[in-house]
Amino acid sequence: MKISIYRYDPDKDAKPYLRDYEIAPDPHDRMLLDVLVKLKEQDDSLSFRRSCREGVCGSDAMNINGKNGLACITKLVDLPDRVTLRPLPGLPVIRDLIVDMTQFFKQYHSIKPYVINNDPPPERERLQSAEDRQELDGLYECILCACCSTACPSFWWNPDKFVGPAGLLQAYRFIADTRDQATSERLDNLEDPYRLFRCHTIMNCVDVCPKNLNPTKAINKIKEILVKRAV
Amino acid sequence: MSNPPQVRRFDAIVVGAGGSGMRAALELARANLKVAVLTKVFPTRSHTVAAQGGIAAPLANSAEDNWHWHMYDTVKGSDYLGDQDAIEYMCRRAVECVVELEHMGMPFDRLENGKIYQRPFGGHTQDYGSPKMAMRACAAADRTGHAMLHTLYQQNVRANTQFLVEWMALDLIRDPQDGAVVGVTALEMETGQLFFLQAKATLLATGGSGRMFYSSTNAFINTGDGLGMVARAGLPLEDMEFYQFHPTGVYGAGVLITEGVRGEGGYLLNKNGERFMERYAPNAKDLASRDVVSRAMTTEIKEGRGCGPHADHVLLKLDHLGPEVINHRLPGIREIAIKFANADPIREPIPVVPTAHYQMGGIPANYMGQVVAPEGASKEAIVPGLYAAGECSCVSVHGGNRLGCNSLLDLVVFGKAAGEQMIKDLRGQPSPHRALPKSAGEQTLSRLDRLDAATSGERVPEVLNDLRRTMQAHCGVFRFPDDLVEGVRKMRVIAERAARSFIADKSRTFNTARIEALELDNLAEAALATVVSAEARKESRGAQARDDFPERDDRNWMKHTLWYKEGNRLDYKPVHLKALSVETFQPKARTY
Repeated sequence: MKISIYRYDPDKDAKPYLRDYEIAPDPHDRMLLDVLVKLKEQDDSLSFRRSCREGVCGSDAMNINGKNGLACITKLVDLPDRVTLRPLPGLPVIRDLIVDMTQFFKQYHSIKPYVINNDPPPERERLQSAEDRQELDGLYECILCACCSTACPSFWWNPDKFVGPAGLLQAYRFIADTRDQATSERLDNLEDPYRLFRCHTIMNCVDVCPKNLNPTKAINKIKEILVKRAV
Repeated sequence: MSNPPQVRRFDAIVVGAGGSGMRAALELARANLKVAVLTKVFPTRSHTVAAQGGIAAPLANSAEDNWHWHMYDTVKGSDYLGDQDAIEYMCRRAVECVVELEHMGMPFDRLENGKIYQRPFGGHTQDYGSPKMAMRACAAADRTGHAMLHTLYQQNVRANTQFLVEWMALDLIRDPQDGAVVGVTALEMETGQLFFLQAKATLLATGGSGRMFYSSTNAFINTGDGLGMVARAGLPLEDMEFYQFHPTGVYGAGVLITEGVRGEGGYLLNKNGERFMERYAPNAKDLASRDVVSRAMTTEIKEGRGCGPHADHVLLKLDHLGPEVINHRLPGIREIAIKFANADPIREPIPVVPTAHYQMGGIPANYMGQVVAPEGASKEAIVPGLYAAGECSCVSVHGGNRLGCNSLLDLVVFGKAAGEQMIKDLRGQPSPHRALPKSAGEQTLSRLDRLDAATSGERVPEVLNDLRRTMQAHCGVFRFPDDLVEGVRKMRVIAERAARSFIADKSRTFNTARIEALELDNLAEAALATVVSAEARKESRGAQARDDFPERDDRNWMKHTLWYKEGNRLDYKPVHLKALSVETFQPKARTY
């Protein structure tokens, strides 16, 4: 297969370029990451993040033939013979496929991503019904890979003002948690023309999420709660 | 390295942002100390994230349970090599630490009555090893590690913990006067800048070294970094021969399939469709200890009862659990099986094979997290300023074999304990930092300079792949005397090759080739320690199964191994048989 990879090392390159690689995968090379690791064995300057190689750590998000995804769970058989790899769109590039995720995490932190409960903790666990716990399914599994936020045009235009789908999914995760007592504070924090309402339901986030989560649905739920609160 | 090293000062440094590092950091940050947490990857990408099945605690939410039973199971699971004081300490603090995680917001699954959901797990029994399994594994579906790691990160965000993300610690800085650890050298990956980080307390929480095996459940980052740092600083590594092979890694891919599958009622089949664990462990069957199940599987395959065209794996059957249980309790497993084994477990079994998973040994530490090493008359003198917790440490609660779900527990109990001890020790210290010794950073600079200057040589991946193949072939589930001797010889050569390896990339910006070369140094120390210790131990115990010495030999070998880098030297120290408050569990034959 032929792979074109976005290359840029600020130490020596005046500007980025695409470099072509030709590689014949072994039968046991199953995923795109296997091929990238092999390419790095030949050209050790090729730079990308990777860790768990099973789709739970969120390190190796990249733009694969125009669509964001994780290299470690992108099957080679599902890819065409020509593949183009670029860094996640919209974030500053540090080197090759490695982007600076500061802005992404800043937005995640801005939603206060932790359960707030100011009651004195009981001796044992706080009780939560199985049904209430199920409300968190489809929310807590986020791996912060940034595939969704960096596929979102609203995040591209306003990365400093719009929380983005990943952050909003987590905002709803804490609103939906029956143990959390800060719902109104959380809603105040989001009731803003940019932070929440820049979402125009383009749904790129849903399309790219490697964990099959649905940020748009979560965003709509927050909007619904805000509307109810207003009346 | 054109820029001279920069110096930064902290009260405490935590190296590693997995479960134990972040639990300790939380303790330190809440005490308003100046802490820095160094991590090679963004905290939620640490390998704790991949833990699946659960965290052990005798909450007794579904069936009767108590810490005495848990302690008994852990001692027995360790094949009587675990230190009973440390095991008692862990089991007694389990409920408190797990309840604390729940209070922090961890999304545990729930029972109908709103309490935390618990499932059975291998080796966890009721009533001191009775045939009745305990319900002790507290679970968030099959994503317990992910849920725990994210929760700990979230609490650290709340506590304003300072993270140095994508920094790699390279060496310990020790004061030659008294051997005290006064900080670490570290590389900021984005800029390639070297730092001397000074601290009055340094915690190593760097995780395991599973990348030393060719077929491993471990992430790329698990390269035994803390072990390499300790070995190069002249301190020993303990019980490294005890390396756990998890029974169920996906055949061909190595990705983990949780023991929780068997906890929920799944079981293993050989090519005849026989549930073979009934022969090896009549009571616990598929929920026997991991060492027992991995050996049984390997025996089935060796005796020609493996599955597939090469008869080289067995099958994990769970379709009989039904789509409801699989989708609700084991959704991540289904995802993994479909992606990595092309098998939807709702309809067909998953091909599995024992896969390198967990390092029971590591940096010798006591149950307060203090690193200990022989000095003068003492086998366990405290190394001032140095602490270790989590998989990189050997406390030793896991001894010769770890029980499933005891690793996540180990992380939070000993992460917290280490944090508490560091706070105590810091309060008793004079306020100014010690001056950095003249020799600070010499080792690090010579390694970095060599990598920068080398214009030719053997490439890092070649050496790494040889290391992994050698360990896989010579130090696996069953160990043979000739293989071990040959393995030691080969690993010594590989360690020398690692020290001469070459990288073509000389860039200062996010140079991952350089990081991989530095990781190889660490992995080589860990692998050498493992094979040398395994060759020397002439018995079978826990995960060490020798063909020539098939029995446990308590008379000669109920002792901990200590390996030193200097001269590949071995020393030994006694097992702590005396518990803190209860009677010693006396060694007896171990059957399940």
